[in-house]
Amino acid sequence: MNDVAVIGFARSDRSVTTSAVETLVPVFEQALAQAGLGRREVDFWCSGSSDYLAGRAFSFVSAVDAIGAVPPISESHVEMDAAWALYEAYLKILAGEAETALVYGFGMGTAGDLNRVLALQLDPYTVAPLWPDAASVAALQARLVFEAGLISERDMAGMTAVRVADGVSAVVLAARDRVRGRPAAWISGIAHRVDPQGLGERDLTTVPSAAAAAHDAGLDGAVDVAALHAPFTHQESLLRHVVRAGTYLPFETNPMFAAGLSRIGAAAAEVMSGRARTAVGHATSGPALQQNLICVLEGLEA
Amino acid sequence: MRRAAVLGTGQTEHRTRRTDVSMAGLCREAIERALADSGTDWSQIDAVVLGKAPDLFEGVMMPELFLADAIGAAGKPLLRVHTAGSVGGATAIVATTLIRAGVHRRVLAVAFEKQSESNAMWALSIQPPFSAPITAGAGGYFAPHIRSYIRRSGAPGHIGALVAVKDRRNGALNPYAHLRQPDITLESVQASPMLWDPIRYDETCPSSDGACAVVIGDQQAAEQSSGQVAWIRATAMRTEPTFYSGKDHVDPRAGAEAAAALWAAAGIKDPLDEVDVAELYVPFSWFEPMWLENVGFAEKGQGWKLVESGGTALGGALPVNPSGGVLCSNPIGASGLLRFAEAAMQVMGRAGEHQVAGAATALGHAYGGGSQFFSMWVVGRNP
Repeated sequence: MNDVAVIGFARSDRSVTTSAVETLVPVFEQALAQAGLGRREVDFWCSGSSDYLAGRAFSFVSAVDAIGAVPPISESHVEMDAAWALYEAYLKILAGEAETALVYGFGMGTAGDLNRVLALQLDPYTVAPLWPDAASVAALQARLVFEAGLISERDMAGMTAVRVADGVSAVVLAARDRVRGRPAAWISGIAHRVDPQGLGERDLTTVPSAAAAAHDAGLDGAVDVAALHAPFTHQESLLRHVVRAGTYLPFETNPMFAAGLSRIGAAAAEVMSGRARTAVGHATSGPALQQNLICVLEGLEA
Repeated sequence: MRRAAVLGTGQTEHRTRRTDVSMAGLCREAIERALADSGTDWSQIDAVVLGKAPDLFEGVMMPELFLADAIGAAGKPLLRVHTAGSVGGATAIVATTLIRAGVHRRVLAVAFEKQSESNAMWALSIQPPFSAPITAGAGGYFAPHIRSYIRRSGAPGHIGALVAVKDRRNGALNPYAHLRQPDITLESVQASPMLWDPIRYDETCPSSDGACAVVIGDQQAAEQSSGQVAWIRATAMRTEPTFYSGKDHVDPRAGAEAAAALWAAAGIKDPLDEVDVAELYVPFSWFEPMWLENVGFAEKGQGWKLVESGGTALGGALPVNPSGGVLCSNPIGASGLLRFAEAAMQVMGRAGEHQVAGAATALGHAYGGGSQFFSMWVVGRNP
């Protein structure tokens, strides 16, 4: 459709203080400078974050202070990775309700014991009381992947493991009429799906929601570059079966709730710089790759 | 812009503790009623949007993940919205955007809160270092704003009690309402204990378990619907910081600007004249006159006169909260969607005993945080 493009991206894989606000302000400035937009020229703001990472209710409320929302702004928030906030902003532009948007995500993965915190995403009546931590759930999946012969422990040892980190990221979107010759990565397709969560409810060696999202996003054949959001290395391998690319961008960190948006931003940066003609940014959420989003980007010539 | 319409609505019986159902069961109760009301089956739902207030209220991180199957989202796109108290309204608006963007035909919006699963006061009381307290207990936070309203407008002291009597009696007409008090009187409200001056016990919202669901469709789906639909004529959301130099908690700029944008988009020039019924987010009785002014139904300082004259009662010039409103049922995450759903029910002519006769245009309104997040829609019997 090529009606909406990424025109700015910035991220920080560390936090300045215990508050997201101080970390977000310079990242907003960088992303908007790259986009060539002032903050008052943003029609719609949308963010993704989690109260459970911040350890308090309404944690996104104080992040609004980073925007300077006086006079008031059009704004929304998802309790998800900010890649899904990007999807909401993309729709807002497609619907004609906005022409520009700034999407941001933030998370302090190191503030608590993330491995245990994520156990609280599981069914609270039957599973979470057993406190299966995130690494244990991922290990169940990895064991099945080994046994299916999809990847060896040796292969896995050769892949870079991402570490939990603090981080923020920001992406600027614009409608076709507002791109006006700026470097742009056009969103040719974006889609997301969720699988049922029950660990016995799907074949954990497959990722149906990622495959369906890739299909919905019009992903057809290999792209030049892919940025995959894989919290564990065997998951990177599973995702590479879904998204085929000439180059997979390396990532060292997984700043939860900003990480997926960062993958889209990094993929877009490859296209905007001309290093890639086609790229995919991917985000995941939930245990064992339960929920997945695929964003297909391309340069102007495509 | 593409048209969108509410095809049907559903909600649960709201109670302090719905121990008869799980979170999944609570959501299903509302969803299945919405599907039946809209004449839609599960296979026709293209995507699901789930809204709720803080996850700490149930003690489950991102509960939509474990609920995916139960809410019919497995294998489909699922979005989870959280915009504080305005979230129910924001959930309906995001679902509307999914239709207006042209990516889906029918979207299910569902919002819930099951406060009995955890302890909301605990959830609001966690105090991280180096951050300002959020002042657990909404009544204590909002009471000074009400006192300021009374001082500015010169409103007589019984206005809040009048609103409470009206809403609780309206709630008695609503079979789903948590509090149903047909015999409540001005005297009984004024005799109830003072909690946060000037807010008395009978002037506050309850703490409820409950859910609400709405099916939103595109123009074709609306035209194929066998029942009357509620056309979504306009939506608006605005945000401002909790505190800033010049912040007016009595008449927040974000609320006024959201309403102005809403009326402009809907082509409404005189809201009091052109809107037949309004569902305003009124967790404490005095917020009715405050919001009447903020959204433009009354001049500044005059909202209380519309209340005192009976203008906001059923049969008045502008019935406000015929469902009983937040004062009768408050499953926080769902409270905004209940306002939006009641507005739709009114123009669809399916509001039962609390139906406003001839309602053709209705407002749904929600707010959250420190009077800083606003979401609103106008629905009509005609596009």
